[in-house]
Amino acid sequence: MSLYSFGLEPLSCHAWNKDRTQIAISPNSNVVHIYQKQGKEWTKIHELTEHSGRITGIDWAPESNRIVTCASDRNAYVWTLKDGVWKPTLVLVRINRAATCVKWSPLENKFALGSGAKLISVCYFEKENDWWLSKHIKKPINSTVLSLDWHPNNILLAAGSADLHCRIFSTYIKDIEDKPGPTPWGSKMPFGEVLLEYKECGGWVHSVCFSPSGDALAWVSHNSAISVANATQGKEVTQLTTGHLPLLSMLYVSETEIVAAGHDCCPYQFSYKGPGCLEFVKKVDIPKQSSKGNMSAMQHFRNLDKKATTEEEETGLGSLHQNSITQLCILEGPKAKVEKFSSVGLDGAMVVWDFKH
Amino acid sequence: MAKNTLSSRFRGVDIDEYDENKFVDEQDEAAEQQGPDACEVDDLIRQGDMMAAFHIALRNPPINSKNPAVKERAQAVVLRVLTAFKSSDIELAVKSLDRNRVDLLMKYIYRGFEKPSDNSSAILLQWHEKAFAVGGLGSIVRVLTARKSV
Repeated sequence: MSLYSFGLEPLSCHAWNKDRTQIAISPNSNVVHIYQKQGKEWTKIHELTEHSGRITGIDWAPESNRIVTCASDRNAYVWTLKDGVWKPTLVLVRINRAATCVKWSPLENKFALGSGAKLISVCYFEKENDWWLSKHIKKPINSTVLSLDWHPNNILLAAGSADLHCRIFSTYIKDIEDKPGPTPWGSKMPFGEVLLEYKECGGWVHSVCFSPSGDALAWVSHNSAISVANATQGKEVTQLTTGHLPLLSMLYVSETEIVAAGHDCCPYQFSYKGPGCLEFVKKVDIPKQSSKGNMSAMQHFRNLDKKATTEEEETGLGSLHQNSITQLCILEGPKAKVEKFSSVGLDGAMVVWDFKH
Repeated sequence: MAKNTLSSRFRGVDIDEYDENKFVDEQDEAAEQQGPDACEVDDLIRQGDMMAAFHIALRNPPINSKNPAVKERAQAVVLRVLTAFKSSDIELAVKSLDRNRVDLLMKYIYRGFEKPSDNSSAILLQWHEKAFAVGGLGSIVRVLTARKSV
């Protein structure tokens, strides 16, 4: 476990490059900073300044080394590294509200963009005209799309939205890929087909995540609950309501274990073993040991002088993060056996967590 | 100032009703939900069987009902039971509930806070403390995020 503070501004989003030596972050502004790891420190090497609105999503494609960013200015840019400089290419996403989240597909030939315009824009590169095209998924989304995640087969896309629904869409684009084979979620998959629509989420769906095999879909919603839909068991949904504050981000660390974090400022581990078997395992954070040892007379007087009190009060939280965690990201290990994951939060800090299976 | 001589009836039109993209909640049937049985609960309170009255009061919550009278009746029944309890028994009563019932109890408690009367707030605060100990912040968040409540 290690913490690195990138300053005082909240970190809205982050993404890692393939070998995890560089991190792209946005400090709640319209700029993306890319930092390079040097020993224990991080030094800024690039600044990506093309957006005019607050950046809401960053994703870094590991194999093709392209970064896609989206912001509240209704635009998305794909950045490619040319001669040591990141050059942006505008993507015509054709949305009339802010973009909220963006994710590269597993094969990196397309990406999905969620927006406040009640639609998902699936963008792919068209070689003839040398530009990025987009296709829209509109029905039956009724409100802002808050989160997206791709199925390993590069076709299915899960979307959580503010209309309290969690859905799985097909994003099959005839021009760039082959027809997909059947999956436990369904076999007929024209573009925009809805393979799962769950409407009892109970709150805004902040984050969705497919399991490593793609047979299960988990999501966290604003009513402090975590739910899992299991395709192999008739798409049955199991929901676990927690006593914590709402969770904002989650990821699968193995086929059965899930880590989620949010407004409680520390990650929690959950375990899903089958329908009806979703349970809380433990907090991933180790609480700070409060040093309530004997205070010397000198300490007493110092406290009295500085804070007008002799009590040694801890004003910080017991967790590593001092404010809500906004995003979790896999750092090391394949999706089926994650060894390390990173978290960024509103306190401007990035923490690397170890996970023991 | 010149008086507007044109008709101003258009100002009474609710333009959002005609918006085709307006967000509508899913409508669920509310047929069976009439709220807890007031007579049964009253009998049990008179007999002194508080736990049974408590459990019956938390049955059949009028969650999907659009009838405010049904909701008021249910709230009144639950409030009667909550105030009839002795302070020392509250913790035991809350511990006997499962997760969903604790969330439901929280909803009734907050509903009770909305219309304070005489001593109700003090009792409700005691219930709130015990329910919070079991349900945590999550149960309060669910009171706030519930689209259909008691």
